[in-house]
Amino acid sequence: MIKSFKKDIKGILIEGLTLSSALIIIAIVVVMFTVIFIGGKDQITWEFLTSFPEDGMTKGGIFPAIYGTALLVILMSIAAVPFGTITAIYLTEYAKENSIIAKTIRFAVRTLAVIPSIIYGLFGLGFFIKFVGTQMDETFLGGQLKWGQPNILWASLTMSLLTLPVVIVSVEEALKTVPRELRAASLALGATKWQTIWKVVIPGSISGIMTGTILAVSRGAGEVAPILFTGVAYYLATLPASLSDQFMVLGYHIYVMTTQSANVDQTMPIQFGTTLVLLALTFILNMSAIILRYRIRKKKTD
Amino acid sequence: MTHEKIYTENMFLHYGSKMALNDISIQIPEKKVTAFIGPSGCGKSTFLRSLNRMNDLIDGVKIEGKILIDNINIYDKNIDVVTLRKKVGMVFQKSNPFAKSIYENVAYGPRINGINDRKQLDEIVETALKNAAIWEEVKDRLGDSAMGLSGGQQQRLCIARTLAVNPEIVLMDEPASALDPLSTSKIEELIVQLKEKYTIVIVTHNMQQAARISDLTAFFYLGELIEFDKTKKIFTNPEKKQTEDYITGRFG
Repeated sequence: MIKSFKKDIKGILIEGLTLSSALIIIAIVVVMFTVIFIGGKDQITWEFLTSFPEDGMTKGGIFPAIYGTALLVILMSIAAVPFGTITAIYLTEYAKENSIIAKTIRFAVRTLAVIPSIIYGLFGLGFFIKFVGTQMDETFLGGQLKWGQPNILWASLTMSLLTLPVVIVSVEEALKTVPRELRAASLALGATKWQTIWKVVIPGSISGIMTGTILAVSRGAGEVAPILFTGVAYYLATLPASLSDQFMVLGYHIYVMTTQSANVDQTMPIQFGTTLVLLALTFILNMSAIILRYRIRKKKTD
Repeated sequence: MTHEKIYTENMFLHYGSKMALNDISIQIPEKKVTAFIGPSGCGKSTFLRSLNRMNDLIDGVKIEGKILIDNINIYDKNIDVVTLRKKVGMVFQKSNPFAKSIYENVAYGPRINGINDRKQLDEIVETALKNAAIWEEVKDRLGDSAMGLSGGQQQRLCIARTLAVNPEIVLMDEPASALDPLSTSKIEELIVQLKEKYTIVIVTHNMQQAARISDLTAFFYLGELIEFDKTKKIFTNPEKKQTEDYITGRFG
């Protein structure tokens, strides 16, 4: 039983290798946050957050991009949350666990979740704008162009498709935490299935529905590709006032200033500031979703 | 002899291809406590759940034969299960209050029946809690969460919740098996009081409990009803050898 020196070295090397890759991950996160924070922190003023871009976007604030992002995620949630929740209710409460229809829906949801986001953008362009929008214009406006072009409505609906799987999976998980005994208790009191879902199951899983909403919002706030063809604008001098208007978004604003600006160096502080705002926004949203989810899981094990 | 409330004739129940109840014929009288005893897996709980059609929720359950309540076949095509379950209430083994206030737990049944008048609800809640012998303990904190009650109190709350729907029959599936002796004796006292107004059918593992509280006892074994008679007779002078073996503790 003599210790093999060779084996020892191998063990140390492997441990060292695994540890260093783990440390590299931490380093990347730290560097990323530090660079963005240092570069952006002096830029974040009340004025920066509340004013319009000026002088060809080399000065001024990012208010339209913040406003557009907020509007986008609100409209997206209005579409995605009820739709996703209803689907999740069907899957957990009505469909038989291993029925063909349930399996097909789950397969479709998983597929939706892995489709590259730019494809959603193309789908949105083809379906919402070229098909639905153009049809609406021809039917209601005699061919006058209003809905058959990019706007915040089509962009939000496209984004809602992208976030739908997130909502469905979160809500399903939450619905499953409601104990079977409570459903039985409600039914045994003479409640119908729907009364049981509405008065017992949904109130018992409201925090899961919120988690799904927040995750969807955070995903939607960070994505650019799905709205690229469907509604986001390079620069607008006014805020969107109707569903048929275009809008600005934080993520796209960063792209525009880094690649399309006449003087990239001059816009550097604004780029950092915008990035910091976007990062903080998604970070806060994700943290709150994680905290909510943690509390649900804790409740489940109690 | 009192009126028979529940009547089954040649009733069979299958889970998929497995037979769980074999040719059950029984007549359960009104306003008495009837106990179902027998070893685990003998079908007594399955039979109980057939009486308010809770087995409908389980895939692959097939029932044949007659189950009549007040001379109506409850498995008839035009029977509304929701109405049936209002008439035939159920208390479960594990207390299962909703994550709502004590008041809202009891008001749940009346509310789904469309009663929203506050005064009327107050009355129903108070009566149900009194009938379930828990009013004195909770009257000052009706707005508190039901989850804060002890296990025994939760179970009595669940009984109150069932009574608030005004059922005629109350099915109880081992209602005291998860409780301490003191809570158990409270539930037992309560059951004896309840038979003045309700027909009680209780499944129990505890033979002393059956002997203490029931008027009639049915002994189930391997999906069959072996013997059904007055409790006194079952426990002192059973007809069948299997019943005698079980109650004297020779198996089970």
